[in-house]
Amino acid sequence: MIDAEGVVKRFGPRTILRGIDLRVETGETLVIIGGSGCGKSTFLKCVIGLHHPDGGKIVVDGIEVAKLKTEAEIADYRRRFGYLFQEGALFDSMTVWENISFGLRYLTDIPPGKYRSIASDCLALVGLKDVEDFKPSELSGGMKKRVALARAIAAQPSYILYDEPTTGLDPIMTDVIADLILDLQKQLKVTAIMVTHDMKAAYKVASRIAMFHEGKVLQVAHPDIIKISDNPYVRQFVDGKSEGPIKMKLKEFEAEGASNAHPDKAGS
Amino acid sequence: MISGAVGGLGRYILGAAEETGQFSFLVRSTFGWMTSYRIEWRQTLIQMVRIGVESLPVTAMTAFFTGMVLALQTGASSKHFFNEPLFVGTVVAFSLVMELAPVMTAIVVAGRAGAAIAAELGTMKVTEQIDALYTLGTDPIRYLVIPRFIAFMLVLPLLTVASDFTGIFGGYLVAHAKYQIPATVYWHDIVDQMEIRHFVHGFLKTFVFAAVVSLVSCFKGVTTRGGAEGVGKSTTAAVVISMVLILVLDYFATAVLNAFGIT
Repeated sequence: MIDAEGVVKRFGPRTILRGIDLRVETGETLVIIGGSGCGKSTFLKCVIGLHHPDGGKIVVDGIEVAKLKTEAEIADYRRRFGYLFQEGALFDSMTVWENISFGLRYLTDIPPGKYRSIASDCLALVGLKDVEDFKPSELSGGMKKRVALARAIAAQPSYILYDEPTTGLDPIMTDVIADLILDLQKQLKVTAIMVTHDMKAAYKVASRIAMFHEGKVLQVAHPDIIKISDNPYVRQFVDGKSEGPIKMKLKEFEAEGASNAHPDKAGS
Repeated sequence: MISGAVGGLGRYILGAAEETGQFSFLVRSTFGWMTSYRIEWRQTLIQMVRIGVESLPVTAMTAFFTGMVLALQTGASSKHFFNEPLFVGTVVAFSLVMELAPVMTAIVVAGRAGAAIAAELGTMKVTEQIDALYTLGTDPIRYLVIPRFIAFMLVLPLLTVASDFTGIFGGYLVAHAKYQIPATVYWHDIVDQMEIRHFVHGFLKTFVFAAVVSLVSCFKGVTTRGGAEGVGKSTTAAVVISMVLILVLDYFATAVLNAFGIT
C-alpha cells in the first residue's frame, strides 16, 4: 500500500505539490489525471524517491521514503518498483535485451546467464519477439514503449509506476498499450499508479481515478463516478473543453495580448 | 535600475554558490563510492578505450607538430644568436615534458573526450535515462561518473607520455632535416640535461588535469537542463571551463611542485 500524506514539493520559488493526500490500496490501479504542470509526474517521482518531498510523507508498505538511509535500505525499496518513463528512457548504447536485463544485475540475485531468457520472456509478455538484439533507435515509438514496459516488469516489482505510457502514440497503439497494462495487472497482480492525459486509457485501466489540479487532489473516485462528476474542474478535464474553471495559458495569453495589442478596444 | 542590477548580481551569486555546492557534492559522492570499492570495471574499460585509445591519434599528432615547431623556432633563434643550432634537443624536450605535452594533451582530450562526455550525459539527463538508472537500482555517479573519472586518471598520464615521445621525435626530424643535427647530438642534448624529476614534474600535473576535465565534464552533463539547447550549453561550458581550469591550475600545480623541489 502506498500512503501519501500532505506531500509538498517545491522547485526554487515554484510550489508544484501543495499537500497531496492519496492512498493506493494493494492490488489496485490508481490513475492520476490533470493538466500539464499540475504535479502528476512530480508526485510519481516522489513516490519512487527520485525527488525528495519538502513536506509531508510517503509511506510504502510501512516504510517512509524520506527515512531511507543505508544503501541496503534504498536498494530494498527500489526493488519494489518498476517505472515506465514517458519517453521510455531506454539506454541508447545498449541492445533491447541489455536494456531489459539491466536492473536484474542491481535489483536481484539472478545469475547473469539467465538474463537473456528473462528478457525474452518479458518481451513475450508485452507482445514482442525477435527484437532482443535491436538497438532502441531501430524501434518504432510503440515498440519502444513496450520494451520500456518489459524493462519495468523484468525484476518482478510489487508496484509499477506508469508516467504517461500512451503519450505520443496513435489511437490504436494507445489502446494496445492500455490493454497490455490491464493484462499485466491481471497476470502479475501488481499495484500501480498511472499518470495520463488520456481519458480513454484512464477509464480502461483504472480502479480509481484521482484528479490533480495546481498541486492538489481535487477528487478521487471510481471511473464511473468521475464520468458523471459534478466538480466543474473534473467535468471540464474529462470532457476536454477549453471553457471552464481551468484556465489554460493560451487563454490568459490571448486576454493579455488583446488588451496590449488593442488599447483602444480595451478602453472602449 | 540599481535594484534590478543588485537583484541580478544576487541571483548570479546564488546560482554560482548553488553550482559550487552541487559540484562539491558530486566530488564527495565520487570519492565516497570509490572508497567503497564497488567500481564498474567493464564501464571503466570502455571509457579507457574511448578517452585513451581513440584520442591517441589526435594527441600524438598535436605533440608531433608541437615538437617540430619547437625545433624549428629553437634552431632558428640559436642560429641567429650563436651562428649554429645549439641545444635544440634540450629545449624541445624540456618544453614538452614539463609544460607543453601535459597541457596540450589535456586541452585536446578536454575538447574531444570531455565534450563527448558532457554531451552524452547531458542527453541521458534530458531523456530521463539518468533517472532510469536510479529506478533500476544503480547510482548514476557509480555507473557514469566513476568509470569516466578513473579512465581519465589512468589514460591521460599515458597519453601525455606518448605525447612526450612523439613530440621529441617530431623535433628530431626537423633538427635533422633542417639543421643537420645528428641523432646522437640531439639525444645527448636531452639526456645530459634532463633528470627524472623533470619528467615527474610534468607527469604529476596530468593527474590534476585528468581530475578537472573528468569531473567538470561529468558535472556539466548530469546537471543539464532543457532539451537540445541545454545539451549544447553544457557541452560548451564543459570544454571552456576545463580548458580555462587546465591553464589556471597549471600555474598553481607548477608552483606547488617547485615548492617541493620537483622542478
